[in-house]
Amino acid sequence: MDDWKSNRNVFWTLSTPGTIWLVLFFLIPISILFVLSMSDKLVVDGETSINDYDYLTGITNYLRALDPNIISIFLRTLWWSLLSTLACLLIGYPLAFGICFAPERARPLLLLLIILPFWINLLIRTYALKTTMGANGIINWILETVGIGPVSLLGTTPAVIFGLVYVFLPFMVLPLYSTIERLDRSFLEASLDLGATQAQTFWRVTFPLTMPGVVTGIILVFIPCLGMFLISDELGGASSWMIGNVIQKQFGSSNDWPFGSALSFILMFLTFGVLFLQWLYQRRSKGVSA
Amino acid sequence: MAAQLKPGQGPLEFSRRLWLRTLFAITILVLYTPIFVLIAFSFNKQNRGGVWKGFTFENYPKAWNNSAIFDAMINSLTIAFVTTLVATIIGTMVAVMLWRFKFPGKPAYEAVMGLPIVIPEICMGVALLLFFNKSGMTQLLAGAVWPLNLLTIIIAHIAFCFPFVTIVVRSRLVGFNRQLEEASKDLGATEMQTFWKILVPFMKPGLIAGALLAFTLSLDDFVITFFTAGPETVTFPVKIYSMVKTGVKYEVNAASTVLIIITIVATVLAMKLQSTEKAN
Amino acid sequence: MAEPIVSVRNVWRRYPGGVVAVDNVSIDIEQNEFFALLGPSGCGKTTLLRMISGLDTPSEGQIMIGGEDMSRTPPNKRPTNMVFQSYAVFPHMTVADNVAYGLRVTGVAEPEVQVRVKEGLEMVKLGHLADRKPDQMSGGQRQRVALARALVKRPKVLLLDEPLSALDAKLRDDMRLELTRLQKTVGITFIIVTHDQDEALSMATRIAVMNKGAIQQVATPQQLYEQPSSRFVADFIGKVNLFDATVIGQKGKSVLCDAKSIGKIELETSKTCQGNVTIAVRPEKLKISKTEPKGAGLIKTQAKVRDVAYYGDWSEVVADMADGHHISVNVQNDSREGGAGVSIGDKVWVNWQAADSLLLTE
Repeated sequence: MDDWKSNRNVFWTLSTPGTIWLVLFFLIPISILFVLSMSDKLVVDGETSINDYDYLTGITNYLRALDPNIISIFLRTLWWSLLSTLACLLIGYPLAFGICFAPERARPLLLLLIILPFWINLLIRTYALKTTMGANGIINWILETVGIGPVSLLGTTPAVIFGLVYVFLPFMVLPLYSTIERLDRSFLEASLDLGATQAQTFWRVTFPLTMPGVVTGIILVFIPCLGMFLISDELGGASSWMIGNVIQKQFGSSNDWPFGSALSFILMFLTFGVLFLQWLYQRRSKGVSA
Repeated sequence: MAAQLKPGQGPLEFSRRLWLRTLFAITILVLYTPIFVLIAFSFNKQNRGGVWKGFTFENYPKAWNNSAIFDAMINSLTIAFVTTLVATIIGTMVAVMLWRFKFPGKPAYEAVMGLPIVIPEICMGVALLLFFNKSGMTQLLAGAVWPLNLLTIIIAHIAFCFPFVTIVVRSRLVGFNRQLEEASKDLGATEMQTFWKILVPFMKPGLIAGALLAFTLSLDDFVITFFTAGPETVTFPVKIYSMVKTGVKYEVNAASTVLIIITIVATVLAMKLQSTEKAN
Repeated sequence: MAEPIVSVRNVWRRYPGGVVAVDNVSIDIEQNEFFALLGPSGCGKTTLLRMISGLDTPSEGQIMIGGEDMSRTPPNKRPTNMVFQSYAVFPHMTVADNVAYGLRVTGVAEPEVQVRVKEGLEMVKLGHLADRKPDQMSGGQRQRVALARALVKRPKVLLLDEPLSALDAKLRDDMRLELTRLQKTVGITFIIVTHDQDEALSMATRIAVMNKGAIQQVATPQQLYEQPSSRFVADFIGKVNLFDATVIGQKGKSVLCDAKSIGKIELETSKTCQGNVTIAVRPEKLKISKTEPKGAGLIKTQAKVRDVAYYGDWSEVVADMADGHHISVNVQNDSREGGAGVSIGDKVWVNWQAADSLLLTE
C-alpha cells in the first residue's frame, strides 16, 4: 500500500467527492439531528412555536423516553426483533445448509430462488403480504374452504413477526450460505469417521465452525428489524407499534421533532450496542485462535 | 442401531433428506405465494375488493394512463439511474483510494464510511429531513421543475448507496496483483492510462455488482425517500404506501408486476454478465 | 489362512450422469498388512478408500470389515479411521481436544480419555504441543495430530488418503519412515492411497494398481516391478522401454516374436500367447557398448546416441534406433568417465539378456 504522500494528486482526486458527500449529507445531518434532540420548541409569550427552536437546552427529550409507554415499546421492539432473528436463523440455517450440500450445478439456482424476493421492492412485498393475510386474502380463503374460518390475521403480533421473517430471511441465508460453502467437508467427514453421530457432528464441528456466518446473519437481520416501521404499520395495528412507528409519528402527525430526534439517537445507540457485542465476540474468538 | 446408508449415497448428502426438501419447498411456497397472488390480481376484472372476477389485461393500460402511478414510476426510475451513476463513480473512487493508500486516521475514516450502512434507515431519513429543511433546500426545491425537484431524494440516495459500492468494489480489488500496475507503468503508460486500461477492466465485475446493488437499493428505498421527498414529489414505493392506506386499485398490481419484471430481468442479466466475466 | 480384515467384493460405484468411479473391484486385505492403492488421479482409488471408511457407499457389491458386511454401515459405526489428505484437524480445538474428540463423542470415560490422548500424542512425538491450536502448527505437525487422533480410536484398519502429498520433500522422507515404524508398533492394517509409486513401493507390503476404476494388478512391490501383468502397470511403475511385437509361433515355453525396432527374438514364457503383444525391458537391465557384444541369449540392436543425462551415480543414455524409435539405458557411473564413455552422436550397440525382458499380453 502506498503512503498518501507518495501521490497526493491521485489521493485527493479519489477521496474528495466521497468525503465531501459523506460530511455534507451524512455527518452534518446527523449532527443537526443531535442538536435538535437536545433542543426544545421555542416558546414566545406563552405560545409554542411550530417550527422554531430554542437550541441545546438540555436532555429533557431523552428523559421523556423514560416514559413507561415508550420503554415498553422499546422492549417490544427488542423482543420482536430477537424473535424474528431467531426464527430467521432456525429456518435459514437448514436452508443454507441444504443448498450447500446440493449438487454443485443446482446451488446457484436454489440460492437465487431464496434471494430473488430480496430484489423485489419492499413495499410491493409488504403490500402483497397484506393482501394475502387480509380478510379476503388467500389464507383466509383456504381457511374458510376447510371450515376453520375467516380469522383476522392482520393486526396481530404473529403477523408482524411473520412479516419481519418474510422480509429479512434472505439476509440470514446469504451469509450462512457463503460460510457453510467455504467449510471444508473433510471436517464433517473426519468427525463422522471418528465415531460422532450426525447430531454430535453438527453441534461440535459444523455449528462452531460456521459461527462467523451465524453472527453476521444475526446482525444483518436484527439491526434492520430494530428500525423497521413499515411492517408493524401495515401488518400490525396501533397496539403493535415498534419504536420506528413512534419516531415516524413525531416527524408526522405529532410534529414533535426534538422528541423524535432523541428517540432516533437512542435507536442509533442501541444499534451501536449490538455492533459492539459483535465486535466483542470477534475479538474474543480471535483471542482464542491466536 | 443407526440408520443404514443408501447404496451409492454418502453420509453427507443432506440435500436428499426429505425434511430438508420439505422445508425448502414450504419456504419457497411461502416466499412466492404473496407475490404470485399480487401478479395474478393484476389481471383481475374487478377493480378492487380481493375477489376474482375473471381475466383481463385492462389494468395495464389503466396503470399506464394513471398519471399519478406513471409519474411515480418515472420518478423512481430517474432517481435510481442518476443515483446508480453517481454512487458508482464516487464509491469506486473511494474504494480505489482506500485500497491504494494508507493515511493517518484511516480506521476512523472507514468506520464513518460504514455508518450509513449500519445505522437504521429511519435515523438517516429523519436526519436528512432536518438537514434539507434547515438548510432551506426543501423550500428552495419545492416549486422547482422536474427533475430538479427530485434533487433532495437523489442526494439522499447517493449518500446511503455509495458506501455499499465502495465495499463491493474494494473486495474485488483485494485480488488485484499490483505488479500489473507496475508493469503497465514500466511499459510507459501514465497514471491515467494505467487506471483506465488496467484497473478499470479488472474491477469490472465489482463495478457491475456495485452498480446493480445501488440501483436496487435506490429503487427499493422507501424509508429515506419518505422523509426526504418534497410535497410534490412521489416515488413508486411512496405511492404504493399511500394507496395501501387509502384502498388499492389493481392498477397498482399491474404497475408492481412491471416493476417486479424489471427487477428480475436486471438481476438475472447482471448475474449472467458476472458469470461470463468470471469465466473469462 | 486367517480371514481377511477387509474384503471388497464386486464393488461398483456409479455416479449420476453415468460416471463409473469404481468398476467391479474385488480385493482381500489381510491382517497387519501395509496395503497401498496406487494409480493415476481419477482412477477411483480414493473412492474405494472412502467406501471402506463409510464416507461413500457402493452402488453395488459388498464391503466386509472384520468378517462383517459393512457396505451400508455409517462411518461412525465402522472400526476404521481415516487420515485425511487435508488432515481435517479441527481448527477450533486444541491438539489434545482434537485427539480426544473421537473418544469423547463415543462416551469413553474422561480419565481414560486423558490417558489415551497422552499415549497417542507420545506415539507421534507431539506430547509437548498438546495445548496448541492447529493454526500455530506446521503441516507435518498437523498430520501427526491427525494420525494420533485416528490411532487413539484403536481402529482395526487405518486409512490414509494421500498422506504425504502436502508435505515438502524432506518431511516426506521422514514421514515415510515414521509411518512404517508406526504400522509395526501398533500392529494394525494400514491402507494408503497414493499416486506416487515411490511411496507405495517403499512403504507397502502389497500394492493394488488401479486404472479407470478397475484393479490392474495386486502384488508385492518387487513383483509389480519385475513382473508387471500388463503394459499399463509396467509403464506406470518405474521407467520402461516398450516394443510392440507380434507372435509368430510358440513351441512349449518358447515364443518367437517379431518386435518393432529389434526384429525377431525368442523369449521364454509360461503363458500361451498370440497376436499382438508388448515386449518390455527396464532401462537398468540394458547394456551399452561400442562394439558388437557376443554371447548366448542376448538381444541386441544398433542405435545412435541422442542424449546423455548425467545424474551423478548414474547416467541416462537415450539412443535412436534404425526406425527412429528411441531406447533409454541406465548406466552406472562406476568409472570417472561416466555415461559408459559414450557421447552424443556415437553409434552404439544396446543389448540385454533375453530373460530380463517381459512379454506382456495385456
